[in-house]
Amino acid sequence: MSFLSTAYALLFYVATLILFAGLTMRIIKYARTPAPLKIPTMPAPLTKAGVALRIGREVVFFQSLFRSQKWTWLFGWMFHLALLLAFFRHLRYSMSPDNILWPLVSLEVVQTFGKYAGFAMVAGLLGLLARRIFVDRVRYVSAPSDYLMLLLLLGIAFSGLSMSFVAHTDIVQLKAFVMGLIYFDWQELPASAPLIIHLTLVALLMIIFPISKLLHAPGIFFSPTRNQVDDARERRHLAPWAAALDSTRGNR
Amino acid sequence: MADFETPELTDEIVVPHIQEGAMEGSGPFIAKPEHQEPLGFPGELVENWQEKAIDKMGELLGKYRSFQVFLDICVKCGACTDKCHYFLSTSDPKNMPVGRQDTLRSVYRRYFTVAGKLFPKLVGARDLTKEVLDEWYNYFHQCSQCRRCSVFCPYGIDTAEISMAAREILDSVGVGQKYCNEIIAKVFKIGNNLGLPEPALRDTLEDLEEEIYEDTGVKVRLPLDEKGADILLITPSADFFAEPHIDGLMGYAKVFHEAGVSWTISSYASEAANFGMFIGSYENMQKVAMRIREAALDLGVKRIVHGECGHAWRVAYSFWNTLAGPWDFLDPNYPVPQHICEFTWDLIQQGKLKFDKSENDHRVVTFHDSCNVARATRMGDKPGGQFEIPRNVIKAVCNNYVDMEEETIRDATYCCGGGGGLLTDDLIELRVKGAMPRMHALNKVMEEDGVTNMAAICAICKSQFTKVLPYYKMPMDMIVSVHQLVSDAIILTGQNEEGGEEAEEEA
Ligand code: SF4
Ligand code: SF4
Repeated sequence: MSFLSTAYALLFYVATLILFAGLTMRIIKYARTPAPLKIPTMPAPLTKAGVALRIGREVVFFQSLFRSQKWTWLFGWMFHLALLLAFFRHLRYSMSPDNILWPLVSLEVVQTFGKYAGFAMVAGLLGLLARRIFVDRVRYVSAPSDYLMLLLLLGIAFSGLSMSFVAHTDIVQLKAFVMGLIYFDWQELPASAPLIIHLTLVALLMIIFPISKLLHAPGIFFSPTRNQVDDARERRHLAPWAAALDSTRGNR
Repeated sequence: MADFETPELTDEIVVPHIQEGAMEGSGPFIAKPEHQEPLGFPGELVENWQEKAIDKMGELLGKYRSFQVFLDICVKCGACTDKCHYFLSTSDPKNMPVGRQDTLRSVYRRYFTVAGKLFPKLVGARDLTKEVLDEWYNYFHQCSQCRRCSVFCPYGIDTAEISMAAREILDSVGVGQKYCNEIIAKVFKIGNNLGLPEPALRDTLEDLEEEIYEDTGVKVRLPLDEKGADILLITPSADFFAEPHIDGLMGYAKVFHEAGVSWTISSYASEAANFGMFIGSYENMQKVAMRIREAALDLGVKRIVHGECGHAWRVAYSFWNTLAGPWDFLDPNYPVPQHICEFTWDLIQQGKLKFDKSENDHRVVTFHDSCNVARATRMGDKPGGQFEIPRNVIKAVCNNYVDMEEETIRDATYCCGGGGGLLTDDLIELRVKGAMPRMHALNKVMEEDGVTNMAAICAICKSQFTKVLPYYKMPMDMIVSVHQLVSDAIILTGQNEEGGEEAEEEA
């Protein structure tokens, strides 16, 4: 094992650990923090199924954003969709052909879409970056980290694209490396510059995910204005700390 | 009229370029110790305020999921930046919803997040200094908690929630707002925001009975503290003295009269408004709400009907059950609480009310959706009933109705500019400016459709418009109560065409 391969193997273990542990802790925190009052943004659904649909529309179509700003929606939605497609394409590097999902992942469409999604991703990210730079309102609310986040994602997209379209990497060896990580049977990592850049940036993304605004991904499911049912008159909604006040609120 | 310029009404609302510091230092009067202490807050800035404020922030992060999640998940997409009436009219970037949130989020990041502790500059985190505290005071009192931003945010981030938390933190270190806190103390002492004592209230109601009698020749009652009445009416105290609110109150009285129900007002709970919400204080909000439960029990009523008030209807609809429920001692056949518009619309549908719509023919009416009603409550049994039912009531009593531009009504409605505890003269510049988007839309229908009146179902909206309409060269009395329109058109059983004087002569 080369030093490089060992280092990256360790890096990915650490990054994965941080990602999952960090996210789990955050999700537990959100779930445990009570929402003492009913605050859905109205009109809101009257049933849980309705709420699931509402959140579904937000997650899949970015409904509120669409209503809000068409350009931001276009760039944002394009980027996220592309990210999803690219993610599917990448699954084949971490799956053996006997996996039940293999037939799906290895489909020609998944692979082709995934391949070209990289361009949509870059377009979306550049659009978002342009907004951040040129719209004074957005520039005002942007911290250095907001730009760096976009640059990081752009870096991932460009390094990825360059491997698909410019300088091919030894895919077979890469897959061996990834499978090795999964089965604790470490293999060499192909030493190609774009791949190393790509992997470094991805690991960085995984590490900052649970401590950054990327928390919007799990967070949206916990947003009380979106996930509450409109039934305040019908059902008494009581958080534990609020329930405790019931006994001290007066003698009736 | 004042040392600021009233915004001009142009063809389209133009999203302005940002002007940093445009509204710096425009905060409202600070509460004196006598306004603070009855609410359980320190009288003035406490010595270890920094530590206290951070502790309070930590406490609220543990108590409110909204606060915790919203502070974490904003991606600074900017979708909300042009949605706030205060930004559109003042250009101050800290009046953009996300700009406002960031004044607090930056401190949250510094003290509560890994990134902010390690790399404050990188993630825009900053220490809590006295300047920052002052900035909070200023800009969190330039938010009317209207929730418009929350509609348009991809994650539903509601700046109102952040404002409420910020005000709670400020109160906890002794920096409260005079207007809100003084009023809450009055409710505790006397029973309503105005400090209107029982005898004065009784006189007012008797005067109103007389006025209706003179107008119609029908003895319509406005009962006070009548035990055993079926319905307790909880309405904002502005309904007892302010114009056009009072005309709305007469409307409710006439509707109750025609419905043939027994009802009463309570002098103990003579206030629907609950400013405890504006200051984000669960305890104070609960204390105010409990007065209503107590009044309902004391009077032995079976139902509660709620008058025209926006934030109060939010507290009533969304929070009463939590704060002061369960309401199992009331008649389960009716919603608790029931809005007066729901009540009236039910009767209209049952054909129990008769109207002479031509009484409103001199008017062309439009309807201002009050933000709290629109974005924080419902009426009827379908989502969106809060938009349809008031309009249905208006259309049942008026021949001429038009809506303002779609992007300025229903859940996209623009705030009147005076909500959220900002209805005070020390904020008049903000109030006049903040009304601009609404004035803009109103101006359009006045020019295009000849609109003469704008109806509303919120005490704050009505007072705010009465005050700011003249700044925009519009008549201040063009703002009307929905139940004022009902009152003008309703035909009371046995009503005398010419009015009461004649009826008396005949008798
Ligand atoms: S719309 Fe929501 S996520 Fe976007 S900047 Fe505003 S508050 Fe943040
Ligand atoms: S709640 Fe209303 S006033 Fe406050 S920031 Fe949002 S849009 Fe502006």
